[in-house]
Amino acid sequence: MAKPSDTTAHRRSRLGPLLVSPSLVLLAAVIGYPVVAALVTSFRADPSLKDGFFTTGGEFSGVSNYLHWLVQSCGGTSCPAGTLGDQFWTSVLVTLFFTVVTVSLEVLIGLLMAVVMNQAFAGRGLLRAVVLVPWAIPTAVTAKLWFFMFAYDGIINRALGAHILWTDGAWSSRVAVIIADVWKTTPFVALLLLADMSGIPGGLYEAARIDGASAFQSFLRITLPLVRPALLVAVVFRVLDVLRIYDLPAILTQGGGGDGHATTTLSILTVRQIQQGYGGASALSTLTFVLIFGVALALVRAFRVNLVQSEQHGMS
Amino acid sequence: MTTTGSKHAWKTRRRWLRLWPYAGAAVIVLWCLGPFYWMVVTAFRDVGHTFDATPWPSHPTLDNFRAAFDTSGGDHFGRALLNSMVIACATTALALLIGGPAAYALVRLPMRAKPKVLAAILCASMFPGVAILTPMFQLFTDIKWLGTYQALIVPNISFALPLAIWILTSFFAAMPWELEKAALADGATPAQAFRKILLPLAAPGLFTTGIIVFFAAWDEYLLSSLLSNGNPDVAPVTVAIANFAGSQPHQVPYTAIMAAGAVVTLPLVAAVLVFQRRIVTGLTAGAFK
Repeated sequence: MAKPSDTTAHRRSRLGPLLVSPSLVLLAAVIGYPVVAALVTSFRADPSLKDGFFTTGGEFSGVSNYLHWLVQSCGGTSCPAGTLGDQFWTSVLVTLFFTVVTVSLEVLIGLLMAVVMNQAFAGRGLLRAVVLVPWAIPTAVTAKLWFFMFAYDGIINRALGAHILWTDGAWSSRVAVIIADVWKTTPFVALLLLADMSGIPGGLYEAARIDGASAFQSFLRITLPLVRPALLVAVVFRVLDVLRIYDLPAILTQGGGGDGHATTTLSILTVRQIQQGYGGASALSTLTFVLIFGVALALVRAFRVNLVQSEQHGMS
Repeated sequence: MTTTGSKHAWKTRRRWLRLWPYAGAAVIVLWCLGPFYWMVVTAFRDVGHTFDATPWPSHPTLDNFRAAFDTSGGDHFGRALLNSMVIACATTALALLIGGPAAYALVRLPMRAKPKVLAAILCASMFPGVAILTPMFQLFTDIKWLGTYQALIVPNISFALPLAIWILTSFFAAMPWELEKAALADGATPAQAFRKILLPLAAPGLFTTGIIVFFAAWDEYLLSSLLSNGNPDVAPVTVAIANFAGSQPHQVPYTAIMAAGAVVTLPLVAAVLVFQRRIVTGLTAGAFK
């Protein structure tokens, strides 16, 4: 016997894809198309001077753009001055360095902040609003703000009684970028951790205390294991975010410091290369994409986090 | 058996334990608000005292705000504010209008490819903007879109839409959908049930998602710094502040930049204070649930 709800069910099963497809089509256009276009362009030559002749580029050039970045080879010879190939590996290292240091600091400070915010005291709501302030300030403004504070006569040198040219030195400019990034994004990590921490029943801590555990022991044995899932998700999100970092080093230090590119990340290098040729820039952005994708895959495997699974539990 | 001595130690310990959250909170407030406070203080400080280290407001003036909006040095901060408003509003509207129905379908409607679609949207939300920059720049050069509003709005979809869908699915999943059934059983038409029951229930989630997407669009710099192509008629405020030159050559206009930063930031900070609870819910929901 055909129930009237059968036709409704049938309609609903067709409605789903209909509602989802505009989003998928748009994402294919603004993400899928560029990725494929970059891949195609990365195999085409850029305009250049060859044997004294100017070539307009555009012809198929195999993997030469990739060789330019990976082994600094320009048509079998070493690259002429002014090409950016020799900055590739330092940019990779700088980007990875920023990632490891900022994410470690964010997790440590974020945990401390979450522990404090999880205490029951008057003004908790206000404190949560306060930590959202760095999150709400646009990154470009954050960069200018720290640029001002790190100025030679700025408040940081005054407070330290130091005379450091923060944005000039190789390490001082890196430290400046790291401090600004940690300031801006730690609140996000802290709030993610707090969401899980506030769900831990107080009875657990009470029981641990009666059994003679110190506050630090309870933190290690109760808090840390129970916020581990949130911690791993936060680490994955933050790692992927720092790997593509651009705004802060681009505005705060212009990618410079030390020999002139101590804070040049992969994103900054790509933007510079766009002025020099699309082929090289496409190869570089493809390499960056592969690096980030690889790290994402490795992290998700290593942590065994299933980002989608938890989503589906709440769904009918 | 406890001696009086250890009892006393226990008391001071207890008192300290009661106080430490306040000490911790004070450190957090100082760390989070200190730089922001310094920006506002500097914004109101006379340019001749730019590096005055007095911790409270001194040499107050409104000149810096005048300097921030001054266009004689080639800066167009006022126009940039308007541009950011247009770009961020358009991005948010697109993300909610297109992402809303998708999130509804992903939560409420049967679909075989649901896990795959969710995984694809999560991947898209972590996608690096720099990877789409070169092809977009090349394409927009070819079709003469560089330095137009659409060149600054369309690429924003790449992060705004996945973000909107991701947060909305978690909000929709937590909604009491039985009420829709109850309304239908009581004789309401599906349209009435949608308008009178579902929309009011979904409004807070849509609103929160809107705030977070708006903030993300307002923050965008990498794509717009190139795709605005130096056209001050469309460049957003992030680009204007990053390139702010001031009217005096060879002099970094710190106080004017801090004033511009304060103008951009104060409405956002006000929004954060008002909608704190919603934003925290949206951010954490977007990350896992």
